[in-house]
Amino acid sequence: MQDLLYFFQQLINGLTIGSAYALIAIGYTMVYGIIGMINFAHGEIYMIGAYTALITITGLASLGVAWLPLVLLVALICAMLVSSSMGWAVERVAYRPVRGRHRLIPLISAIGMSIFLQNYVHLAQGSRNIGFPALIEGGFTFGPADSFQTSISYMQITIFITTLICMTALSLFISRSRTGRACRAVSQDLGMANLLGIDTNRIISATFIIGAALAAVAGLLLGMYYGSIDPLFGFIAGLKAFTAAVLGGIGSIPGAMLGGLILGVSESMTSGYLSGEYKDVVSFGLLILILLFKPTGLLGKPEVEKI
Amino acid sequence: MLEVRNLSMRFGGLLAVDQVSLDVQEHEIVSIIGPNGAGKTTVFNCMSGFYRPTGGEILFNDQPIHGKPDYKISRLGLVRTFQHVRLFNKMTVVENLLVAQHRHLNTNLIAGLLGSPNYRKREQKALDRATYWLDRVGLLELANREAGNLAYGQQRRLEIARCMVTEPRLLMLDEPAAGLNPAETRDLNQLIISLKEDYNVSVVLIEHDMSLVMEISDRINVINQGRPLASGTPEEVRQNDDVIKAYLGET
Amino acid sequence: MAAQNLKHALFCAIITLIIAYPILGLNLEAEGTQVVLEGADTVTVVSIALAAIVVFLFQLFRDTIMASLGRIPRLNPLANREPMEQGRRQRFETIALVLLVMAALAWPFFVSRGSVDLATLVLIYVMLALGLNVVVGLAGLLDLGYVAFYAVGAYTFALLSQYFGISFWLALPLGACLAALFGLVLGFPVLRLRGDYLAIVTLGFGEIIRILLNNMTWLTGGPNGIGGIPDPTLFGMEFGRRIKEEGNSSFHEVFGIAYSSEHKIIFLYLIALVLAVFTAVVIRRFTKMPVGRSWEALREDEIAARSLGLSRTSVKLSAFTIGAFFAGFAGTVFASKQGFISPESFVFLESAIILAIVVLGGMGSQIGVILAAIAVVILPELAREFSEFRMLIFGAAMVLMMVWRPQGLLPMRRIHIELKKQE
Repeated sequence: MQDLLYFFQQLINGLTIGSAYALIAIGYTMVYGIIGMINFAHGEIYMIGAYTALITITGLASLGVAWLPLVLLVALICAMLVSSSMGWAVERVAYRPVRGRHRLIPLISAIGMSIFLQNYVHLAQGSRNIGFPALIEGGFTFGPADSFQTSISYMQITIFITTLICMTALSLFISRSRTGRACRAVSQDLGMANLLGIDTNRIISATFIIGAALAAVAGLLLGMYYGSIDPLFGFIAGLKAFTAAVLGGIGSIPGAMLGGLILGVSESMTSGYLSGEYKDVVSFGLLILILLFKPTGLLGKPEVEKI
Repeated sequence: MLEVRNLSMRFGGLLAVDQVSLDVQEHEIVSIIGPNGAGKTTVFNCMSGFYRPTGGEILFNDQPIHGKPDYKISRLGLVRTFQHVRLFNKMTVVENLLVAQHRHLNTNLIAGLLGSPNYRKREQKALDRATYWLDRVGLLELANREAGNLAYGQQRRLEIARCMVTEPRLLMLDEPAAGLNPAETRDLNQLIISLKEDYNVSVVLIEHDMSLVMEISDRINVINQGRPLASGTPEEVRQNDDVIKAYLGET
Repeated sequence: MAAQNLKHALFCAIITLIIAYPILGLNLEAEGTQVVLEGADTVTVVSIALAAIVVFLFQLFRDTIMASLGRIPRLNPLANREPMEQGRRQRFETIALVLLVMAALAWPFFVSRGSVDLATLVLIYVMLALGLNVVVGLAGLLDLGYVAFYAVGAYTFALLSQYFGISFWLALPLGACLAALFGLVLGFPVLRLRGDYLAIVTLGFGEIIRILLNNMTWLTGGPNGIGGIPDPTLFGMEFGRRIKEEGNSSFHEVFGIAYSSEHKIIFLYLIALVLAVFTAVVIRRFTKMPVGRSWEALREDEIAARSLGLSRTSVKLSAFTIGAFFAGFAGTVFASKQGFISPESFVFLESAIILAIVVLGGMGSQIGVILAAIAVVILPELAREFSEFRMLIFGAAMVLMMVWRPQGLLPMRRIHIELKKQE
């Protein structure tokens, strides 16, 4: 019984983290689906989202605004605004000029951008980690009071529900809206979409903006969940999210969700049963294995090499 | 020497090649013809190991080669050219021919660093062979140019020379005459026949230029929509009703 | 058109404000357990406003500015010159390299101890960058976990000396070969991956190795690292004041000169110099060999290369292994120079710095890489007040290089074989 409760606790923790990974992974998967590049700086966009959210929350607190839904809403909007602007600007400055060149060139440009943004925040906000107030407290507990108890915090529920809402909204957007349809067209064949009169530059910008906005949501949620942030906090999370995207099949949105959840659960299981030190080893190991044996991921479409 | 039996290749829902068979004897030029999109290049890609066929088998000197990696097939002596010329554009013409002879480069890393006599002899031999073939295809004057700067017809010839320095048994040419002018096509014609006659290489040819195909082929296979339509000598194929209807009639 | 421009320029200016102001203009400060927000000083705020105005003006007159920028290179007399003829270029490079080496040989005897120490570090980076240039510049494989091989070299020496008392000279080939072996074993499965996946996987490997070093405390000392790594000896002569190992003599006694701690530093510098020259010469030689041509062929057109019987795996593996070998070399020297190593020295940032050197310096020659290594290591030391901007500038420079001068990276010009006219 106790073992089972412990297992459920790990599962819940894993699903929480995993769904937040999925939110970040969307940005990788959409960008990769459309222009075939790994947006290495995406983790930094997420980090900037978290910083903006914290700045907003602190600012509102000093103004005396304390009504929680309002604080969260404003923080969310500000984070999304700043992250999206950053995503847009990064694409314009570092990726658009090198689009269509040899594969490694955009990637190196992205790595440069990632280093730049990390240090940008580092210089502006310092390198130490800063406490993120836990605005949503409390939760449910299960199990007998005298031994191990499984708990689900309201924070975890919030993360899970927010992710579900975002994913549903995104799916609807992709399948129903004009821009969404154009996105799909561009990801199938950029050149052809261009010929058909779709403004591909706009669509690519839109992709970066959407991905960045979702990353900002994740930044706010995970910032609150972890309780502290620092300028390096986007780097590892970005890699994890990229792993999630690859795991689920890069280019596939349900795949990102699935990959995020699997990754989150396997990480928390490693922490819970083995050692927290090795959870990164497990996720990188998972990434390597999936790339070696099923590079198309779980839900991805196979790519046929054109000769 | 080469036998393709009931070759099939499926991409998702699309059956690009369906039960194609063909065989090539020593000292023979065999052509594959068919309308665009008939699956000819796919057959080549299967034969040269770029695709793993989803059905059927390919035997080279009675050894199955389907599913083998491309570079191993090439080392057996089955070498191909590409529909859209694929040279190493930034390398010089002669280097293109040297690279083609570098199959076993790992064995001579240390020897090369020390510049052992054996290594130097081998390098010289490779250079000599490259020189010979450049002369043979008339590109000797351009040996030190970057390959990407050659005219199109010259690039085509260089690509064939690059195959020949590997001393293949069977050469697969994918539309070698595409983009050539009539004079160049005539030269190509001569070259292909000479490869067969003088160097004892069998040739499999994909070509749209009917006069070239009819003139030099010993046998012709016609493919239509991925399926074999007819095969035989140029004469037989020319008179085959199905072929006339499906292929010649169309154009 | 003008209205369109105005709208776009305004939009860009607003975006600039949005991405700059919250992060730069509002600082989070910890006050006790409380986090409070403080506005930045006036200078920062004014700079942000200025940046927005600059962006606005630039976007507004973008077409004019770009057009006049296009004209500038023509004013540059070097822009239109013919590329140097190969024979001359080669001779030029050889002479430059020889001069560089001669200067480097004499140099430590005239400068301070700190400068020599720094120069040793530069040489280590030169080795690393030359090695990575084989992988990235020549073979076109983006390796983001290069630092892992550096770590293998360093830890090999540290562990072997700790557990078996092995000397620097024995550890040097061992460390390099072990790093190469690591490269071989890790490379074998991953090298068939496509370029960008390869980059991520190597990054993952690098991180895994670092995490393992951090956590296998029983072997590596974990985050505390390993200390007491011995200095190299010269034919059994030690450079310390007292002899540590029996049977060795001491340098200053043998030569009858006064003990000076500088001897050791200069000696290490000279070792690093010799090894860096060795690295440069060997790699130069490789580029002229079949293996070098195969790297280029595979980078240019993988499908054509495969169709000619080049095995993708073994060609890539050779580059990967050779690169790892030299990283192991550098690692051993590094361990000896520091006397102490810990996983701290082998983080991803280090890979990024080495990559930045290759990217910034790969101007088609080894000289480029060497100059970049010097610049990247020395400049932040010279301008200490700017040293915290170092990584910011690296990042920006990498982006700018890719946008304006990617040739810097990809086609490192190999020396072409030329066919001599036979008369």
